[in-house]
Amino acid sequence: MSTTISSAGSSLAAGPVRVSRRRKQADRLGDRLLFGVCALAALLGAVLIVLIAYQVIKGAQPAISKFGLGFLVHTTWQPNFGVFGAGSLIYGTLLSSFFALLIGAPLAIAIGLYLSLLAPAGVRGVIGPLVEMLAAIPSVILGFWGIIVLAPFVQQNVEPWLHDTLGFIPLFGAPQTTGASIFTASLILTIMIVPIIASISRDLFLAVPRDVQDGASALGATRWEVVRGVVLPSTASGVVAASLLGLGRALGEAIAVTQVIGAGAEIHASLFMTGDTLASRIASQLPGAITGMHTASLYYLGVILLVIGVFSNLLAHWIGRRFDYRRFAK
Amino acid sequence: MSAAVADPTAPLTPSGNLRRRRAFSRSTEHAATGAAIFAVAVLGIVIYSVLSRGASAISIDFLTKGAPAGVAPAIVGTGVIVALATLIAAPLGVLMAIFVTEFAGERLAGACRLTLDLVNGMPSIIIGVVVFIMLVEQRKQSAIAASVALAIIMLPLVARGSMEILLLVPKSLREAADALGVNRWRSVLTVILPSALGGILTSTVLAVARAAGETAPLILLCSVFDPRSISLNPFEAIPNIPVTIFSLSEEGNPEGFARAWGLALVLILAILVANIVARAMLARSRRRMTQ
Repeated sequence: MSTTISSAGSSLAAGPVRVSRRRKQADRLGDRLLFGVCALAALLGAVLIVLIAYQVIKGAQPAISKFGLGFLVHTTWQPNFGVFGAGSLIYGTLLSSFFALLIGAPLAIAIGLYLSLLAPAGVRGVIGPLVEMLAAIPSVILGFWGIIVLAPFVQQNVEPWLHDTLGFIPLFGAPQTTGASIFTASLILTIMIVPIIASISRDLFLAVPRDVQDGASALGATRWEVVRGVVLPSTASGVVAASLLGLGRALGEAIAVTQVIGAGAEIHASLFMTGDTLASRIASQLPGAITGMHTASLYYLGVILLVIGVFSNLLAHWIGRRFDYRRFAK
Repeated sequence: MSAAVADPTAPLTPSGNLRRRRAFSRSTEHAATGAAIFAVAVLGIVIYSVLSRGASAISIDFLTKGAPAGVAPAIVGTGVIVALATLIAAPLGVLMAIFVTEFAGERLAGACRLTLDLVNGMPSIIIGVVVFIMLVEQRKQSAIAASVALAIIMLPLVARGSMEILLLVPKSLREAADALGVNRWRSVLTVILPSALGGILTSTVLAVARAAGETAPLILLCSVFDPRSISLNPFEAIPNIPVTIFSLSEEGNPEGFARAWGLALVLILAILVANIVARAMLARSRRRMTQ
């Protein structure tokens, strides 16, 4: 030990530590190499997005040039006659996703509020991960559970009740025989998006400064009034962004929806009838597409899905950044 | 309110208005608690359904033989596909994370994050379609194609998770390395990466858990296979768990349903265990690094 110290001392005394030229070169090379490799990997993200958009649009080209934008509103989809239109699929996608968001967002925000403001620390540490675990269940299992367990229950209990009480609204028509319906699909989608929205909104609520909340309490606000007057307004944009992310997830879900929605061809006003969505139609028909135009039309569905998905994600990103409460807090 | 002001000697009991506000507040608290319990209950119901229906299907034969008795080929196949996907996604994801945290400026890092978020938000069926167009349409289905699609799905998960952990590496470690005159690449490879290794592994495990159950791309890329024998050849379509569950669930045959439940149980147990272990590891490494 003492010898190394003395030798280090002597080399210091002799001047700056000499680094061999080879080591210097290796260092310069290593720095450049690491930077280059990392930069290439980072570039891959952008390349992927361009590649995805390019390939899907190129694949859809025959259908785009044949059907044009009319594809979006025509509702006939008959592969055998070469007639394709995405109208009923867009309708099914939007209806099922928005309905899922309608149930899921309030539920998830309530869960976020519970986890951030109400739950004792020990309970929070258990329930939080459990709710997130809901997102880990594979969609194919959720869809299978949806057909076997959820659909019969919904068809026998929930749908008749909703029809009896809210039947004057066309959305809640007469229940069908199987339970495979847009409504069941919405419920499955709700299960998928709740953990996403809940965990983001919990983090948002936790970031609201404690002293502002305490200030409101000191002024005599009840717990709900603190939430209503302080917590929700200051996190509203983030919560909207989280909901948009959930919506994006619901719009793009293919498998579970395929399993429970019943692959109906027509547009029905009632939620309790079968329907189909963009993603689900691609998943169910692309492996067995019969003509080139059929394939191209399915890719066209992919283009629509891509546009909706990227748009909702960008919007969520923009809203989340533009109005980020934590940025003002800094 | 005004009554209380008029009489200062009145006892401090809630007036009608305050009582109403308090009751409303309490009912919203109950509603929020109920929502949380409801979500946990749904998780419980789903897991219970899978457990109660799947447990009877599980046997030694079920786990070790090919179809029709068992599902071993599907289990092995999913292992192969996910392992290949991890081999592609994990190194790339970590390199991306290093670029964003160690090299990129603020704007460039923001742009990288945005692209990763966009890839993450991409519907998995779209990723399946793209890989289908590039690798399958002109040739045939293969496990490699499925792995590529799963790798694209895993990439943002690994990268974002690794970034979070790399950002937690204490500044003092970097500064100490700089003060010793250690070059950038040496300090990244020998100081920063090793201290973040636990967190990187965790996010990889979480990404694996997510990819293992991903079905939509596999339906397009790896769905026509022989379920009777185990295959390790990545250049052909090999049996896998998600597609097997999906096709059994679409067939409507009670015997097939029983096998699907058994397979669902295997998959869900693997995923839940991976999640729990990863979360425990993450909490531990986070605690260690932020201390």
